[in-house]
Amino acid sequence: MKPYQKWFVWSLLVCLSAAFMLPLYWVLVSALKGPQELFTWPPVWWPSQPQWHNFSDAWQSAPFDTYLWNSLKVSVLSTIGQLFSSSLVAFGFARFDFKGRNVLFMVLLAGMIIPWDAIMIPLYMEFNLLGWINTLKPLIVPAFFGAPFFIFLLRQFIMGVPRELDEAARMDGANAWQIYWRIHLPLMIPALVLVGTFQFLAAWNDYIGPLIFLNDQSTYTLPLGLASFSGIHGSNVSAISAMTVLLCLPPLILFFAAQRQIMEGTTSAAVKG
Amino acid sequence: MPAATPRPGRRWGKLVPWLFVAPWVFGFIAFTVGPLLYSLYMSLFNWPLVGERTFVGLHNYSSMLQDEDFLDAVVVTLKFAALYVPVNLVLSLLLAMLLNQKVPGQGVFRTLFYLPSLISTVALVTIWSWAYSHEYGILNYLLSLLNIPAVDWLGSPDWAMRSVVIAGLWGLGGTMLIFLAGLKGIPSELHEAAILSGAGPVRRFFGLTLPLLSPVLLFNLVTTLIAAFQQLALALLLTKGGPLKTTYMVALYIYDTAFKHFEMGYASAMSWVMFLVVLLLSMLVMRFSSMWVFYEAEVKSK
Repeated sequence: MKPYQKWFVWSLLVCLSAAFMLPLYWVLVSALKGPQELFTWPPVWWPSQPQWHNFSDAWQSAPFDTYLWNSLKVSVLSTIGQLFSSSLVAFGFARFDFKGRNVLFMVLLAGMIIPWDAIMIPLYMEFNLLGWINTLKPLIVPAFFGAPFFIFLLRQFIMGVPRELDEAARMDGANAWQIYWRIHLPLMIPALVLVGTFQFLAAWNDYIGPLIFLNDQSTYTLPLGLASFSGIHGSNVSAISAMTVLLCLPPLILFFAAQRQIMEGTTSAAVKG
Repeated sequence: MPAATPRPGRRWGKLVPWLFVAPWVFGFIAFTVGPLLYSLYMSLFNWPLVGERTFVGLHNYSSMLQDEDFLDAVVVTLKFAALYVPVNLVLSLLLAMLLNQKVPGQGVFRTLFYLPSLISTVALVTIWSWAYSHEYGILNYLLSLLNIPAVDWLGSPDWAMRSVVIAGLWGLGGTMLIFLAGLKGIPSELHEAAILSGAGPVRRFFGLTLPLLSPVLLFNLVTTLIAAFQQLALALLLTKGGPLKTTYMVALYIYDTAFKHFEMGYASAMSWVMFLVVLLLSMLVMRFSSMWVFYEAEVKSK
């Protein structure tokens, strides 16, 4: 590339990424504005005095600590369940030749295209029958039975590990469980970081699941709590903006912590898959 | 089947492998395929949430054809998909191609474009409904700087659908990342050879990049198409289907039928029809993909 082309591409990227960041910047600034600066024309680009207390005010205007606790329970427990079950199933598919394995794996892959929308109604009936509506169980328990995409990813990863390693361990008297638990699980950590991040994000960000399964405010998760808060206090823009910023913070932090695994993992899954 | 090393299954008994895959098998039956079949059964009933359910055969399916709300929602969904899918693919491919150039700060730009796809739809919707605000929104302010009259982004029937699409496009980071991975997989020697033989940038794009990228394009096309047909949270939160039902999509209608009017049978019938349509569409795209998708092996043999 010639230097002027390089400059052109670079400036284009600067403009486009600024446009992408503008809505995010705007919500952050709105969270810090005082009431008189929110509704002015032309808009103020930076508050004359950032109102940091907007965050604590917003936090106290609804039971957000309950919502946060519920969100944490759902996200952490479903992530633990997903890491354990998906890696276990992936090991089963990667390291055993049993009758019907290939057919079963095809079924697993085909299951990926069954949309959640198509099963949300019967799932509601099922959880209703189990007495799980208005509890966090519908959002946690299914994660303990693996998810096709994660199983697929982890299976790819295990298949890249030489079988001689398993053989050597077996010579030393290890059984299947020990080979999974002591050898493959530690080796899988980079892939598990990816799976854990995606599961945590999905659980943390989910709106439709909580909306359907939770009716009682004391069981709300953060997205559902924020949505209902902005439904009632629509004019309280600074509080809504402040809570939105707080809701976005954990995913962004998690992303920066696991950036390398996410970038490499997504790309390898997409190109190989 | 790879059987170069001794097969562990034999020595450990036939049951052991099944113990490992059992969690998924159970979960698949209990939380995926079981419910899917049960909703097919439900769709044959007049099934209120509480009270008497009555068998009505295929009546739910036939009444769909006379239900104007449903047919309108189908048209709105098709409009959304027709707008969202191509624009999403073109934009994310263009961004990926820009990111694939060797300029300083590549990684930073990639992160900035990817970030919006990480946040919850609830946050996305709050952010955009504030940016779209008719009186105080940042977008109308920017338009006013260019002397363009203010747009009623969410309130006018002309603009509401476009506004939903724009807000949805903000999360294109995932698609973009997959395109970028595909672009990085194209060996640079091929480009150098093409330049040496005198091919300009346009010819290199259509003759080299696009064919080599076609498997990735197919993957993105299918996943975006499926996502577009199931869009629920965005319309539910941003416009609630309005104004004048211009953004009232099928997924939203199914949700309202099931969880507001509690007609579980009819809602199940509609979600089965949607499931079959999405399945059929994906299969059609796959079927005709051989006409334009090139896999590496084919290119090599030519």
